[in-house]
Amino acid sequence: MGQAPEQEHPKNAFGWAAKDTSGVLSPFHFSRRATGEKDVTFKVTHCGICHSDLHMIKNEWGNTIYPIVPGHEIVGVVTEVGSKVSKFKVGDKVGVGCMVGSCHSCDSCAIDLENYCPKVIMTYANKYHDGTITYGGYSDIMVADEHFVVRIPEGTPLDATAPLLCAGITVYSPLRFYGLDKPGMHVGVVGLGGLGHVAVKFAKAMGVKVTVISTSPSKKSEAIERLGADSFLVSRDQDEMQAAMGTMDGIIDTVSAVHPLMPLIGLLKSQGKLVLVGAPEKPLELPAFSLLMGRKIVGGSMIGGMKETQEMIDFAAKHNIRADIEVIPADYVNTALERLAKADVRYRFVIDVANTMKSTP
Amino acid sequence: MAKSPETEHPQKAIGWAARDNTGTFSPFHFSRRETGADDVTIKILFCGICHSDLHCARNEWGVTNYPIVPGHEIVGTVTKVGNNVSKFKEGDKVGVGVLVASCQKCESCQQGLENYCPNMILTYNSIDRDGTKTYGGYSDLIVVDQHYVLRFPDNMPLDAGAPLLCAGITVYSPMKYYGMTEPGKHLGVAGLGGLGHVAVKIGKAFGLKVTVISTSPKKESEAISKLGADAFLVSSDPAKVKAAMGTMDYIIDTVSAVHSLAPLLGLLKVNGKLVTVGLPEKPLEVPIFALVGARRLVGGSNVGGMKETQEMLDFCAKHNIAADIELVRMDQINTAMERLAKSDVKYRFVIDVGNSKLQ
Repeated sequence: MGQAPEQEHPKNAFGWAAKDTSGVLSPFHFSRRATGEKDVTFKVTHCGICHSDLHMIKNEWGNTIYPIVPGHEIVGVVTEVGSKVSKFKVGDKVGVGCMVGSCHSCDSCAIDLENYCPKVIMTYANKYHDGTITYGGYSDIMVADEHFVVRIPEGTPLDATAPLLCAGITVYSPLRFYGLDKPGMHVGVVGLGGLGHVAVKFAKAMGVKVTVISTSPSKKSEAIERLGADSFLVSRDQDEMQAAMGTMDGIIDTVSAVHPLMPLIGLLKSQGKLVLVGAPEKPLELPAFSLLMGRKIVGGSMIGGMKETQEMIDFAAKHNIRADIEVIPADYVNTALERLAKADVRYRFVIDVANTMKSTP
Repeated sequence: MAKSPETEHPQKAIGWAARDNTGTFSPFHFSRRETGADDVTIKILFCGICHSDLHCARNEWGVTNYPIVPGHEIVGTVTKVGNNVSKFKEGDKVGVGVLVASCQKCESCQQGLENYCPNMILTYNSIDRDGTKTYGGYSDLIVVDQHYVLRFPDNMPLDAGAPLLCAGITVYSPMKYYGMTEPGKHLGVAGLGGLGHVAVKIGKAFGLKVTVISTSPKKESEAISKLGADAFLVSSDPAKVKAAMGTMDYIIDTVSAVHSLAPLLGLLKVNGKLVTVGLPEKPLEVPIFALVGARRLVGGSNVGGMKETQEMLDFCAKHNIAADIELVRMDQINTAMERLAKSDVKYRFVIDVGNSKLQ
């Protein structure tokens, strides 16, 4: 039988964990490994709440290991570095996203796509190289291999940058890979939540014309006036959808609920690309005819490699792109997750770990 | 009242048409337009039977306008050319594929992608510019604008080359567009029929390793010994499918029956591409995580533009690629259709129009 979470490693750690499929989080004492020669240890200042955290705490994907400390949009300040660490020093502002390990020998790792490594180790609820289970950023300290740590540039606010570590890279990577980043292009963004609102900001910074596609007409004025979208399409409005057919070079679809793809494929120009970054748990229907009659593509994408995650953070710093967040104290986390399940947030909750996540003596 | 098919145009023509959704063919008298300034009139020698002809004859897509004379893999000799025609002369061996006209002004046409023109006119079952219906190659002659006529390479057999005009370009175009041409990469070809067998030959000519993916184990020895495939995967064998997971760079999916894409997507490596060229009448099921988790894509493709169709014919001639065919006479067409519906052909029927009695 394995050691208790509090004893398996030498450093004391404190966080909030879910212990069963109710998904309710409560204070949790555990431990972190000693700073290895390639490790970076940092005091966590903030952690974003990603919709994946919600799926995982309730074991909706069937692979959760309890107790689970979620959180993979983690930022903080370095307190210790291992003897072989070259990229970071004490006092640096850093972040960790969705991954903390990979094999470094497969075809994907070889081209900086650790996110597609078949042995990728996720930041929480996965087995690490030493056999222990990883715990995420709803906690006071993190220890991570420097390969999986990114630098947060000076002058960038830590709290509003945290969500970029998952939401940001999840939309930035496909905008680049599928070539939807050329000035003058027209790209649609489906869904205006954590991912969607950041997609609008990145695409605008790349010089792309952006149309937000949403089921909620109430989001229109924010989308245009605050986020900078060029237009807004209500997907339930047949006339609006009809008028927009064949006008988009690409669409980033952030919606994770099951939904029909055919109307979205219809919005694409010939040779257009629909990129899915949400992962509905049931298969979707793909009308082959709509793809053929315009040589269109439906592709997927999942976060991004470490090299491009750093590139994304630097791009965001240069263009003043940050997430729109609601900062919450640690003990509000269960309420925040309930609100998130109802999409009641503009547009990401971020836990103020440094000031509010403290172990009671 | 509209003129009858026999009288709407000045040149008499005879073909075989289906008149209702039983899809049964019988002789049909109609007519072709006068050879216009840009037109080429062609005496038809051979016409391939494409599965689309069967779908249309039986109105399986719900768009058939009866009576229908199908056929868009047409090969023949030029009998007359209009005054503006410079590319062809009487006696030339030529081909006509899936399109006979397009707008020539839109972005697709400007890029040589007439096949994606929103106003393209198909060789059969379309309405032409003069408001009359287009009739295809199950007939003795056809009149086509020179832009949509292909020059048949000298060393290409007319009968075995005919199917390239649809089947050939249907697989060649996406193989080029989606970059399936790097020697040494691994291509899966799903379905071994008219399209699939040509995809194997073209894939080998591009220097690819080719695995045929099929539900029929008995197709294996032919696939390897006659068509040149490197391997054969029986897709209904879960153990074999599992062993092949994540091994292919690309897949051309030629299967026209409704099927789930899940097992095929799993065969692809990270960044792999699956291109669907078949036209099932119901949507395909796609488990999205198979795309998201490995950055794979599903793309479509529909025949090809005129320039690349000529390029494909020349490429095939250079590599001695032609279809494997079974010649039939026009009066055998109903039997051929029934056999095609059961996939009982290796791998394309071609109508020997020139030697058939059409009456």
